[in-house]
Amino acid sequence: MSNYETVIGMECHAELLTESKMFCACANEFGGAPNTRTCPVCLGLPGSLPVMNKLAVELVLRTALALNCQVSRDCLFARKNYFYPDIPKGYQISQYDDPIGHSGYLDITLEDGSSKRVHIRRVHLEEDTGKLIHAGGNESEVDYNRSGVPLMEIVTEFPPDLHSAEEARAYLEKLRTILVYLNVSDGKMEEGHLRAEPNLSIRPVGSDKFGVKTEIKNLNSFKSVFKGVQYEVERQSALLDEGGVIRQETLGWNDLRGETYHMRFKEEEQEYRYFPEPDLVPLHFEDADIEAARAALPELPDAKRERFVTQYGVRPYDAAVLTSSRPTADYYEAAATDGVDPKAIANYVTGELARLINASNQEISQIKITPAALRDLIVLRDSGKITNGVAKTVLEKMFETGQSAQEIVEAEGLAAVDDEGAIAAEVDKVIAANPDVVAKILAGNDKSMAFLTGQVMRATKGKARPDVVNRLLAERIK
Amino acid sequence: MELFELTAHELSEKIQSKEISAREVTQSVLDRVESVEPRVMSYVTVTRDQALAQADVVDAKIAAGETVSPAAGIPLALKDNLCTIGVETTCSSKILRGFHPPYDATVVEKLKSAGSVFVGKANLDEFAMGSSTENSALFPTHNPWNLDYVPGGSSGGSTASVAAGEAVWSLGSDTGGSIRQPAAYCGVVGLKPTYGRVSRYGLIAFASSLDQIGPITKDVRDAALLLGAISGHDPMDSTSIVRDVPDYTKALTGDVKGLRIGVPKEYFAQGVEGVIADAVRAAVDKLVSLGAIAEEVSLPHSEYALPTYYILAPAEASSNLARYDGVRFGHRTARATSHIDLFEKTREEGFGPEVKQRIMLGTYALSAGYYDAFYLKAQQVRTLIKQDFDKVFEKYDVILSPTAPTVAFPIGQKTGDPLAMKLSDVLTIPANMAGIPAISLPCGFADGLPIGLQIMAPAFGEEVLLRAAHAYEQATDWHTRRASL
Ligand SMILES: [Zn+2]
Repeated sequence: MSNYETVIGMECHAELLTESKMFCACANEFGGAPNTRTCPVCLGLPGSLPVMNKLAVELVLRTALALNCQVSRDCLFARKNYFYPDIPKGYQISQYDDPIGHSGYLDITLEDGSSKRVHIRRVHLEEDTGKLIHAGGNESEVDYNRSGVPLMEIVTEFPPDLHSAEEARAYLEKLRTILVYLNVSDGKMEEGHLRAEPNLSIRPVGSDKFGVKTEIKNLNSFKSVFKGVQYEVERQSALLDEGGVIRQETLGWNDLRGETYHMRFKEEEQEYRYFPEPDLVPLHFEDADIEAARAALPELPDAKRERFVTQYGVRPYDAAVLTSSRPTADYYEAAATDGVDPKAIANYVTGELARLINASNQEISQIKITPAALRDLIVLRDSGKITNGVAKTVLEKMFETGQSAQEIVEAEGLAAVDDEGAIAAEVDKVIAANPDVVAKILAGNDKSMAFLTGQVMRATKGKARPDVVNRLLAERIK
Repeated sequence: MELFELTAHELSEKIQSKEISAREVTQSVLDRVESVEPRVMSYVTVTRDQALAQADVVDAKIAAGETVSPAAGIPLALKDNLCTIGVETTCSSKILRGFHPPYDATVVEKLKSAGSVFVGKANLDEFAMGSSTENSALFPTHNPWNLDYVPGGSSGGSTASVAAGEAVWSLGSDTGGSIRQPAAYCGVVGLKPTYGRVSRYGLIAFASSLDQIGPITKDVRDAALLLGAISGHDPMDSTSIVRDVPDYTKALTGDVKGLRIGVPKEYFAQGVEGVIADAVRAAVDKLVSLGAIAEEVSLPHSEYALPTYYILAPAEASSNLARYDGVRFGHRTARATSHIDLFEKTREEGFGPEVKQRIMLGTYALSAGYYDAFYLKAQQVRTLIKQDFDKVFEKYDVILSPTAPTVAFPIGQKTGDPLAMKLSDVLTIPANMAGIPAISLPCGFADGLPIGLQIMAPAFGEEVLLRAAHAYEQATDWHTRRASL
């Protein structure tokens, strides 16, 4: 086992779900032809001035509260000055002293079921940059569509609480769930709407000094965060074992090759000359503003999970799955109304339905089966109108066509056969057709009974109830 | 008198009564430009055809019986740091050569809809950094009262154009005195409004927390009119204040009985020439004779305003001017081999020495290890300067002082002595630090060059400021004198 302890700080950026950019009326959207969503403000043209997007501030405040942060009553925006072609003003409007949220925490659950508190240093609002495109040769092009998109930065506390790739991933997953719950971000890492930049160092177990840290960029999925951190821990450990020296650097993650590559050394602290942004007035929050925002927070995943366990009696594991995304939780609650077994709904939502959704690459919000239609299916099954087996077949049809369970059952004659005489006739036919199997059963081979049951079910197209079939078979073969 | 010599309110009356047409007024001013511009050199760009077309629109409206604003048909010069759609906006800098803004500054938009006639873009010290307009990267402007002298700066083109009759009125910008000091040097009225009174949207920033656009006119009534036309909250400028805009001409009552005037002793201290101090004291006496009450007051921290300004303004400028990188607009070097190289060479070629010096100063003041000692300390001093004013305004309605310690100086005299040059703003900077309104108006002459009287008032005290200025002006005849060219 490793003799090193891993120490991970996490800096995350989330593009906020506002309609317009942070300081101008340009649309905050993804994609589009380069430089089509720009104006004098987000192009940094001389004489243009920023005007704060109120919703962006609200979204950050919402997040800060959900992450149990203290809120700065007065916050300033600051200019972070540096030259790069993708920042049109030569500075980025960000926050330095007094971020909107600070000193918060997030509780995460690990695979072994244990939980851990991850402290959060700050949650602040800043603007995104444009995108530099290397056009080949000695040319570069810049797309400013993303310039000025509101960006929220969430930074974990130092000294960090995260100590492994698993913890880093669990933190991110939980953070993403909360951001999506809050309707603050769409959480899409693949599209760069949520970006995670872990910085990590290792140190001998028991040491009280921190090692030299490296930062990893270009991690565009939870998996790559996990793999990137794991790779970097191994790289650093091997380097130290060989007597090598770790240099402070920024690394990129190559997902295809599963390894990091050097981007730049960061040994010299960059000089950003932060100072208060004179073009914006300071933000001020009254206690009433903060309390109103707190009151408007939706139920968060942890609270919802606990409620599902007590209110619906579902197992904690199922409750965790159901609440892992807000649309799933909402879907579940819309289906699990009075008069239906909520556990049966939970089984379907986390089981058969989840399988169909995954296989078809859809989101739960996109499927053709409404929560009420799912509920009707379960009611139909639990009332004995259809068998469990038929219910699964009907679900698949519903998923495909959007028809109701009732319609499908009627159209295809799938109602359970209540006439015991009719089932008995099929049982007799099967027994007559399989004398050798009957012989085996009589010789004590009970497993062969299942074969006969299957034959009867097939003959009745699943409409016979298995318990009735088994009883009739047993009565006859004795 | 020729039309170009009249004030805006005189011309507006004649235009609206159809005694003359806006085209006639505009033609008179354009002819004047043609005859004196080669000597005065107020303009970077003259938009002759646009001006005549705008005048014709006003005439058509009047002919159709529509009511028009007092600014309608009045030829105006814009300092060339105000963005104008399609008209090159240079800041008198090589780095902005060829920059045709895709939008109008808010003040330009307001004046356009008021029927203003735009004669052209007036020269300035590059990026408004300077006190003589000699820092223009294009050419220096000359003082209409004596062509061998500077017009002051940085709005020297705007003030010279009005003094020379090349515009009836103009807009300037004032960061440390850039409207008032050249107004004093050119014998015209220049008003720096309260910070936040006028939108800065479209004003190319020098120092954002100090910059303010204001009117430059031939008399106080015109200043009241033009101020009213450009003031008001702008949703595009977060620092503009939501507050009603009064009819400022209503403040021009001529009544100063009981007006309490503070006369700060520090503003008559060393460096202020005797002839200037005398003229200003005489102006105080004049107002007292009209019923005002004057007492000596103290603004002890004003002496630190100049050094404080030379930390804060360059600090903001160093950041504001970072966008001139050759990537999106303006000058771009032809010799770049990399991004950093593109930035360095573009800026090296595009900026003049004064601008470079201020960027260096500001960068230094904001750097780690110096920030607390310079930028932060300067902010604290700024607060003290402001508190001095708050205290005096508890007891006094207005403060009177000279606008500048001297009259205009000969071209070239102070270019080698930057400190002497900067000292010409020593009496105007405190009002920018405090964010309060201040006006300069003529109060005498020395050696044929105008002397400026400065009146300061509390924030949003433009009305009392204009009332005091107007009462003094009406009791004297300095404002009726015109430079002979
Ligand atoms: Zn925009």
